This record gives sequence, structure tokens and C-alpha cells, in this order.
Amino acid sequence: MTTSKDDSVDPLTDTQEIAVRTEKLSLWYGSFQALYDVDFAVRRGLITSLIGPSGCGKSTLLRCVNRINERLGYVRTEGKVEVLDTDVYASGIELTQLRRHVGMVFQRPNPLPLSIRENILFAHQLHEPGSEALPKADRDAIVEKALREVLLWDTVKDRLDRSATGLSLEEQQKLCIARLLPVKPKVILMDEPCSALDPKATAAVEDLIWQLRGEYTILLVTHNMAQARRASDECAFMLMGRMVEHGPTDRLFVTPEDTRTADYIEGKYG
Amino acid sequence: MRASLSTDRIDRAWIVDRIVQVLMFLGGISAVVFIVGIFVFITREALQFVFSRFDVVEFFTSIRWAPTSTNNATYGALALMVGTASVTGVAMLVAIPFSLGAAVYISEFATGRSRETLKVLVELLAAIPSVVWGFIGLTIVNGLIIDVFDVPIGLNVLNAGIILGLMAAPIMTTIAEDALKAVPDRYREAAEAMGATRWQMIRRVVLPAAKNGLVSAVLLGVGRGFGETMAVLMASGHSINLPTSPFDSVRALTATIAAELGETAVGSDHYGALFTLGLFLFLITFLINLTADVVVRGIRNS
Repeated sequence: MTTSKDDSVDPLTDTQEIAVRTEKLSLWYGSFQALYDVDFAVRRGLITSLIGPSGCGKSTLLRCVNRINERLGYVRTEGKVEVLDTDVYASGIELTQLRRHVGMVFQRPNPLPLSIRENILFAHQLHEPGSEALPKADRDAIVEKALREVLLWDTVKDRLDRSATGLSLEEQQKLCIARLLPVKPKVILMDEPCSALDPKATAAVEDLIWQLRGEYTILLVTHNMAQARRASDECAFMLMGRMVEHGPTDRLFVTPEDTRTADYIEGKYG
Repeated sequence: MRASLSTDRIDRAWIVDRIVQVLMFLGGISAVVFIVGIFVFITREALQFVFSRFDVVEFFTSIRWAPTSTNNATYGALALMVGTASVTGVAMLVAIPFSLGAAVYISEFATGRSRETLKVLVELLAAIPSVVWGFIGLTIVNGLIIDVFDVPIGLNVLNAGIILGLMAAPIMTTIAEDALKAVPDRYREAAEAMGATRWQMIRRVVLPAAKNGLVSAVLLGVGRGFGETMAVLMASGHSINLPTSPFDSVRALTATIAAELGETAVGSDHYGALFTLGLFLFLITFLINLTADVVVRGIRNS
């Protein structure tokens, strides 16, 4: 699994282009401060994992990038978040447009209670004017392409009109990834995408995430250190709402610079 | 000495538990007993008439409801049925937009204190006695219809429909809101994370997911409409008539029973005919409620 990671020549890891950058990002849920001056940069086309103990703010940081945090209503943010050099907290930003470019996969697979086909076309219909007027063949092509990209086509091609909620959890999670692809997001946020899955399904979804590497910038929150280690290019360690350390995954796990990172990796807490 | 567990002790907690179980059983079974009892009573009173004087064709096709005529009493209930149906129809035209709109607003847009306040107000609205609604129809809506539409009588299908619609809206709102609230939040989150606007999310995800609950809310509103008596009696004009426009006065099945039952001799044909109307109403509302229930069960199974 994920053998390509060890290939010696990998042009991607040389890229210096930044897809997501935060500057002095602080966030409060009511009066509770969840993030403290987080400076963080995610390189384009790579998989960057966020690790840290429960409540360290890694999911919160992730949810700042597409501003889905704001659904809660009592969230206050200071500082800056840029996606491809666009300040997403600027006043003219339309959330619907931002979320087209920044897709998200959740902890529990959450396909909409529609058919598999409708799930795939959902975002496309929201964002591409005239999508619903497309000839059926074109729409079918979109569905097939997205499902092939997530390796789900062969399993579901005969039941595209069945409800997506009847799929297995692994298939549901793959579908949740597939439905983002027709609108070509730049960044995909994944909030513990495998925590509801069994080991076999986890391996399958990790493989899939690895395949999407390069075309999409992926930011992956995970509880599972082994997963961060095998499925990401770069890794960032957070603690108590602060960014402690961020570097290439191989380096961070072998020679962490910060003693707190070392202790966490060794399992002394968390 | 041999240690033993005393496991057969009957203590106070055991007795209380038994008593409570029996009381709960009686409470639970009584609903069924009362429903069956009412049904048996109405049917018995109605059947005397059905087997003697009843004429199916006359009952369902004639508009001549003249039970007090001394030499030629007729029992045509068509006008009464059409009266009830037309008033209920107008009521639903009024109630569906109001109640679904209110439910969507409370469930999807309002937050915090305004949401709680609205919910309390809607429930308060449901507690207004029907005679008060009838009074509003008789005084305010009556004058309003005469002024606005320039018609001679304001007590008609439109008036009763508006009043009944406003009466049915609160309960429909409450049930529809429950249905919307039952839609898991992760569907909304998923749709928003894909860049859906609030309305796109509601129209394409929330409403379809809550469809069954919304249909049953409407059906229960219809059931309420069929069964409502006092407000309809006061606002509809209470004249036997096949309505051809919303400005015609009509008479409803329920209002007929309420107005006439006190003046009939027990066991007479007239008395039996009114009970037949009651049986007919009972069967229809039972069917509507049953359908609503089956539709709601559809959600849980899918």
C-alpha cells in the first residue's frame, strides 16, 4: 500500500507553491479560545496530515479553511486564512463559492438521502449553471468519471438510482469523496475520514486518498498516528490550540524537533 | 453456618413496581376501550336508521336535507358533504403555505430565543377555543369579505375556510416542524459544505428528506378540518347549498349534527340520520388519520 510514496523521484515534494496558508489565526467558541495564533502553510498537491490529542484544535483549524465552523453561529475568528492567495475571511467572499473550491469529507460518511447518481451530481448542479439541462449522456459521463476516480464504478454502476444511504460505510465514504470531484475543488479537507471504518475499508480509503494526491491538495485530520505516517507527505502536530511542529512526515516521526511532539509520538500522552 | 442469598424477598419497591405496572396497563388500554366504545355507540344509534329508513342513493346524491318535514322528510347529505369538503379545501389552501412556511422558518432560519418564542406562540395559537375563532369569523372576517369583495353575505365558504385554515395551521406547523427537526443535521452540513445556499439546501435536501412527515402534517390538518364544528357553524352561513363559488354559504356535516341533535327525539329517524352523519365523519377522519400514520411510518422504514 502507498508504495509510490517511497519512490525516490517525486516532483511533487519539491513544489513550493502554497495552497492554504493561515497567519496568526485565533478562534473562539463563545468565550473558549480554541486556536492561538496559528501560522500554518499547506503545500499544493501534497497530503498534509494534522495530528494531536483530542481537543487540540486540529478539526477546528480544518473547519476554518471552508468556514464550515460558522454554522455554529457563536464562533469568532481573528487572523488570516488564504486559499491559493485569496483571503477567505475577506468581506466579499461568498461562502458558496469558497466551498466549491474547498471540498470537505466528514468523519461519519454523510451521503445525502438521494440516489447515488444525484449525490454525485449535487455539487455540479449547484455550481454549473445549466447542469440540469445537460443531455443525459453528459450527466452519466460525469457520474461515471467521478465514480471511477474513487474506484467505486464497478461496484455501483448497476444501482446508480438506488439510495446512497444503503451503501456500506466504505462505499459511502468513497461516494462522499467522489461527489466533490465533478466541481474540481482545489483543496479537499478530510476530518478523520476513516474513523468510522473498519481496517480493511480504512486501507481502501487511504489508497484512494493517495491516488488523489497531486491533482488535489489534501488536508487530513487524523486521530491515528500510523495513518498520518503512512498516508501523508507532511505532518503537523498541534497541542492546546497551538501549532507545535510542522514538517515532512518522515522527518517529523523520526527526528521531531520539539520534545512535546516526541512525547506524543511515543504515546506518553494523547 | 451456611451463607445464603435472599432472592425471594418481596419488599416495598416490588409492590410499588407491580401497582405502577397495573396502572400503566389500565391507562394504556383505556384509549383503545374508549375508541371502540364510541365507535360501537355511534354505529348502534346509526344502524337503526340505516336499516329502516336509509336510502343510499338519496343520502349520497340528493341535496335535500329536510328531516323535519312532516309529510315528506328527506335525508340527502350531498350538500353537507360538499360543504364540509369545500370549506376544508379552502382551509388547506390557507393553512399549507402558512404552516409549512412557519415550520421551515422555525426549523431552518430562526435561532436561539426567537425560535423558542415562536414555538411557544404557535402552541398558544393552537389553544384558542374554536368558538373564539367562530366569533372572529362572524364579526371581523364577515365584514372584511363584504367590503373587499363587494358581496352581500360574508358568511360563506371563504370565511369558514380562512378561519379553519388559521385554526389548523398551528398543529400542522408543530407536526411539520417535528418532521424537519428529525432530518439529521449532517445532511445539512454536507449540503452546506458543498456550497449549497440555505434555500438550495432546504429545497433539495431537507424538504425531500422530511416529505413523509410534511404529508402527514397536511393530512392531520385535513382531518382537523373535517371534524371542526363550532367555528364552521358560525362562519359558513349554515345554509344548505351546493356552492358554486367561494362566496356561497354552505352547511357542514359537523355543524348540522351540532345544531340539530338537541332538538330530535331519541330513536327517531332524524336522530338516527344525524348519527349516520356522525358515523360517516368518524370513518373519514379515521381513514385520514390512518393514512397519515402509515405515511409517517414510511419514513422510519426507508
